Amino acid sequence: MSDEAELLPGTLDLLILKAVSLGPLHGYAVLSRIEQISGQRLFVEQGALYPALFRLVRQGLLKAEWGKSENNRRAKFYELTAKGRKRLQEETDGWNRLAKAIASALAARPQEA
Amino acid sequence: MSLSYFRSLVARFFSPDRTERELDEELQSHIYLRVKALEDSGLSPAEAERRARIEFGSKERFKEECRETLAGNFVDILIQDVRFSLRMLRKSPGFTLVVVSTMAVGVGATTAIFSVIDATLLHPLPYPHPDQLVQIVDDLPGVGAKEVGMSVPEWKDLENSGIFEYVSPIGGGDVNLTGSSQPSRIAFLNIPPNYFALLGVQPELGNTFNPEDKTLGFTLEVLISDGLWRQAFGADPRILGKSLRLDNDLYRVIGVMPPNFHDPLRTTQQRRTQLWAASGFAAPPAPDPSRNLRILTEAIGRLKPGLTISAAQSRLDAVVAALQKEFPADYPAGSRWMIRLLPLKQSVVGNVQQSLILLFGAVGLVLLISCVNIANLLLARASARGQEMAIRRALGGSRRRLTQQLLTESVLLSLIGGTAGLVILFCSKEFLLRLVPDSVPQLNVISISWSVLVFAFLASLGAGAIFGLAPARQARQPDITNVLRLESRSSTSSKEKGRTRHLLVVSEFALSLVLMISAGLLLRSFWDLLKVRPGFEPHNRVAVRTWLPLPNDPKTDIYGSPAQEAPLLHEILRRAKTLAGVEEAAIGNVAAVPLSHDRTNLNPFPLIVEGHETPRDRSPVIYGSLATPEYFHLMQIPLLRGRSFTDLDSDKAPPVVMINEATAKTFWPDADPIGQRLKLPVAGQANSFAWNTIVGVVADVRTESLAEASTPQFYFCAYQRRPRDLAIFLRGRFDRSTIEAKLRDQVQSINPELPVFGARTLDDAVSESLAQRRFSMNMVGLFALTALLLAAIGIYGVISYIVSERTHEFGIRLALGAERKNILQIVLRQGLQLAFAGAVIGLVGALVVSRFMAALLYGVRPSDLLTFGVVALLFLSVALIACYLPALRATKVDPIIALRDP
Repeated sequence: MSDEAELLPGTLDLLILKAVSLGPLHGYAVLSRIEQISGQRLFVEQGALYPALFRLVRQGLLKAEWGKSENNRRAKFYELTAKGRKRLQEETDGWNRLAKAIASALAARPQEA
Repeated sequence: MSLSYFRSLVARFFSPDRTERELDEELQSHIYLRVKALEDSGLSPAEAERRARIEFGSKERFKEECRETLAGNFVDILIQDVRFSLRMLRKSPGFTLVVVSTMAVGVGATTAIFSVIDATLLHPLPYPHPDQLVQIVDDLPGVGAKEVGMSVPEWKDLENSGIFEYVSPIGGGDVNLTGSSQPSRIAFLNIPPNYFALLGVQPELGNTFNPEDKTLGFTLEVLISDGLWRQAFGADPRILGKSLRLDNDLYRVIGVMPPNFHDPLRTTQQRRTQLWAASGFAAPPAPDPSRNLRILTEAIGRLKPGLTISAAQSRLDAVVAALQKEFPADYPAGSRWMIRLLPLKQSVVGNVQQSLILLFGAVGLVLLISCVNIANLLLARASARGQEMAIRRALGGSRRRLTQQLLTESVLLSLIGGTAGLVILFCSKEFLLRLVPDSVPQLNVISISWSVLVFAFLASLGAGAIFGLAPARQARQPDITNVLRLESRSSTSSKEKGRTRHLLVVSEFALSLVLMISAGLLLRSFWDLLKVRPGFEPHNRVAVRTWLPLPNDPKTDIYGSPAQEAPLLHEILRRAKTLAGVEEAAIGNVAAVPLSHDRTNLNPFPLIVEGHETPRDRSPVIYGSLATPEYFHLMQIPLLRGRSFTDLDSDKAPPVVMINEATAKTFWPDADPIGQRLKLPVAGQANSFAWNTIVGVVADVRTESLAEASTPQFYFCAYQRRPRDLAIFLRGRFDRSTIEAKLRDQVQSINPELPVFGARTLDDAVSESLAQRRFSMNMVGLFALTALLLAAIGIYGVISYIVSERTHEFGIRLALGAERKNILQIVLRQGLQLAFAGAVIGLVGALVVSRFMAALLYGVRPSDLLTFGVVALLFLSVALIACYLPALRATKVDPIIALRDP
């Protein structure tokens, strides 16, 4: 999918959910937001975002609605659903637990092993 | 799945264009925004556009991926696949046609025959709770007599025994219907008032009889059939209450039975019942009920609910034992009287069961062969499509998607084939039904059996699906590059597939051969039957029926004694001989018409010889008919000993009889039967007997069927009896279609109320007696031909494919100096090898199968060498021809083209 950042499977979905969690966004804005929060470019081909978005809608984690964008163009906005919000929370907690565990493992002194 | 899923599903279906537009719009606006951003950072519009597009990637591809996630995608893909498959099928019309027709034949034929089997063998009784219905049969094994019938008091005892809900004897025959435009003869059934209650059927109009009716004689009410109502009364809506005359007695119609109602013990051959008359069998015209008069020839019963047949049988045995003790004179111990209960279903289908099972086997084989054929064709095509599959894989098609598409294709093919089969079935249903002989019960309620249609469909579908997926298997092969390089197709994978195909062809051959040999055996057996000498001469001879009425009151009977009837018979004969073309005439009763016997026509008599008088119930049984003196000469039945009847044997002369050779050989093996005397009932009186002298012995006539040797028979002289049911025999060269009308004019000028009907040539009688066998033979023959055709197609396909595969090789051979005929030999040899292998297996299989068929074969051994040999040779020749065409094509290969174009 990309050669700039190796994403673990499933993390793309998580990033999308996070990006959208702060408020409804249309596709281009989601892309910008992800690049913003992850600090780098994640997509070789930007269009690959859309199948992911559609998939999340299908899974019921996002909902989509047509509206007007900032410059008055018609755009499809994606928003977190309650289910999506819950999933985001679960995944975030999961990551945090993992990170904590690894951090503590890596910080272990010899005598604590 | 959420609400929005359903919403989008609905949206997708009701406005697909909008969904597409929105998808495009969304992705396009993303690109637009990116272009704007790039322009803002300083790029030129053209450069920004270019960069944005590259960054975005293939819009079409992502659109496709988005579409795949949308609701209802599955259907979309399906429609796509179907369109593609149809295109592919149209591109190879020959292949499509062959597969579709193979499947059509398989599905159509299987369903047709199985529908017949379903209606007759599996569900022959369309009455409520048919398992409670039994046939009640009295036997006297002690004197070698079966199905002797029961007496009226016995019937009453059975009804009161607590074993049955109802017991209903069945009698009947033909009766004169007068009062309409033409005295006509109709078939009627004489039953007790509880008959319809026993069967549990309702009339179309009016009511059935009251089961509680205790009238001793005929209730004066009748029910008529829908057919009679329409034919004789023009479907008169005021039919209820209308009067009609039967044998000059007045009756009233109280109901009409629906058109699909069928009496259980009557096959379609036995003239569909047109009228039901109820009686108690205990008053005239029936004799006084006496326990030793077995006048009720057939009986059915409905068991009390919850009683099984075996439980009922044991209770019945107890009743029989008790009756024997109570009436020792009427049930002498020596005759060992017993009553058997048979499930009614068995009685109805018994004699056709074996034929139907044979057909079932044949049909199964054809279905199997067609599936094998389909498999073969699909496999052959799979090899040809290996390249296509490899290319599609290389272009990024997922394996799953390819498999899905192939599956769609074969399912589509199966559906088309199955539908074609259905169409053929509906179109040919009439034709097929006409091939079925009348003796198969329930003929007019045979309808398409949906369960078997589903089964045949599924079988074809299964074969199609399994073998249609073969190309997908090849797509998994790692040597995609090889295939892409358009190298010769002699990859290892196709060799494996070649073996499978060869195996399939060989098995197909074996199965076809089995079917063909079975057909051959049946054909031979039929042929032999046709050559059997019936004992009489059937050519140029016609039998026409008439019936003298039997009124309920004997005092009004104008033909009540032999003396009263004899002048009528003489007059009929005199007038018959005046008709143009008639050279000879004779009269007999219906039993004297050979090969036309229904159960109701047999007249059994106990054989009581003077000097060795055995009691009636312990005497052997012989069958009697009656004839005028001219009969034997007309029928060319040779006289072996003694003399024939003469006109001097009138009712005033001593009673005489003639016996057939079987009787003479059985009962007088070492003595001369001429002059012996037999004790037989006096004409028309059940309880008074006279001594009849045997005056002559005639040769045997095959009266029951051509396959059965003669039964012991004797003949009364017609002038000494008063027969009701007459057959007028005519010999000569006359117009078969008008003779009945002409004879009718003559007979009705003597007595205008005598119906004249049922003219039949004796040739037809012989032919119709073989109807059942002919049907089996026709059907199996039909299937065998189909199997042969399929097998021929099979080997044609395989050899064609082999030829096309080896074109390159042949080109090389030809270039190296081989002659065309060498190529021919190579191909033919390969084909014949396959055919031969199949034939050997087929011969072994046929030996096994024919053993099961043994009962249906007359005079032909199941391992008849001639049949096996001839059929196998025929088979191999057809295979040879099927190989020849592609082989010929192989020789026409232009070596230059073949070498250049692997």
